[in-house]
Amino acid sequence: MTKPAAFFQRDRTWHPPALTPDYKTSVARSPRLALLSIENSASELTGPVFGHGDIDPGDADLIRNYAHTGDPVGERIIVHGRVLDESGRPVPGTLVEIWQANAGGRYRHRKDAYLAPIDPNFGGCGRTLTDAAGGYAFRTIKPGAYPWRNWVNNWRPAHIHISVFGSGFAQRLITQMYFEGDPLIQRCPIVRSIPDPRAIEQLIAPLDMNAAVPFDCLAYKFDIILRGTRSTLFENRLEGN
Amino acid sequence: MPQALHELKETASQTAGPYVHIGLAPGAAGFDIYRNELGHDIAGPHAVGERIRIEGVVLDGTGAPVKDVLIEIWQADANGIHAHPGDPRSGEVAPGFRGWGRVITDFDTGLWGFDTVKPGPVAGRDGRLMAPHISLWIVARGINIGLSTRLYFFDEAAANAADPVLGLIEQVHRRQTLIASLSLRDGKPLYRFDIRLQGDGETVFLDI
Repeated sequence: MTKPAAFFQRDRTWHPPALTPDYKTSVARSPRLALLSIENSASELTGPVFGHGDIDPGDADLIRNYAHTGDPVGERIIVHGRVLDESGRPVPGTLVEIWQANAGGRYRHRKDAYLAPIDPNFGGCGRTLTDAAGGYAFRTIKPGAYPWRNWVNNWRPAHIHISVFGSGFAQRLITQMYFEGDPLIQRCPIVRSIPDPRAIEQLIAPLDMNAAVPFDCLAYKFDIILRGTRSTLFENRLEGN
Repeated sequence: MPQALHELKETASQTAGPYVHIGLAPGAAGFDIYRNELGHDIAGPHAVGERIRIEGVVLDGTGAPVKDVLIEIWQADANGIHAHPGDPRSGEVAPGFRGWGRVITDFDTGLWGFDTVKPGPVAGRDGRLMAPHISLWIVARGINIGLSTRLYFFDEAAANAADPVLGLIEQVHRRQTLIASLSLRDGKPLYRFDIRLQGDGETVFLDI
């Protein structure tokens, strides 16, 4: 592999800014001074490499990876899609990790005290590596909405947290996937930390009946886009085209 | 209308939230699910170089420790080599050295820490050597997009003075926010690196 080329500059107007006062926790946790923009060096263009020795195939099946006495309660779904870069190229072999609440909106976490019950058969996390075409798939339970402390009556829309690596540390990304048709999406201050409605739409997974399994589970499709790689035309090598 | 570029937009970031541990460090969330939780061992047993420990806290704008933060670490080995196929010398990295790790804070105190080997200098874009450093990526509830910064070492004063990234920080006194202090604990080097999200002494964060 030749030395990697730099990534496309991150469009900071597309991402949520650090300070979004309607999401109260951001107020004291947001830097006030300007970020220092630096050109990519080896420290940003490289990043951790994961292989099939790091994870187990069953890790991607949240219906079974913590089942003790039977399957978890809730709506069975497949979440699948591709990890691509901004040029539309697949990102193969990259680690995708997800976590979520159970069907009742309760997280298996020592700090979550919501009154909805823990499901003894649901852990709420999964991980997988993308295939050669950048594809990934998880089987899980559709998470429930839940209340959170912000305003007194804030409810998170159903969502799945997704963490993706890419090939360089500068592509590192954590986001949340929402579900088509959920009326809570547009009411959520965390969703609305994103200024551009098109960027919000990109976080909403459509129902994908063609990937559903009849008499078994529904499916949602969610593509994840990571930063692209710059062309190096007229530099010391051709790359990225 | 000109031709279209047909580029896609990067998926927008969303906060990792308070329950990030479930996905990235389930043991800390309070349950055991994976055969192998990732990110516990940065350097592995065979890496050459000085074994060091780094500790710190992340402080919010009021000065309180952030107790639900998760930090990822990325670094070269003691010879300045990254364990990545894009590094032409990656074949020389010791078996088990990944150079990547994941740490969480103590839920009660906010203290975090990790053991690793001190990285060597890495060539910058123009071939100028960068001072030894560790890249950090910080996520937590209330952080809408992961914060990138670098940790440099107090005992590398000459290299730090010549570092192209530190040199870009216009306000010279702010360069100190990226330099970990050094002490000894049981004869082993202990670096301290506190991260201030906001206010007096705000850490320099990077748009990489």
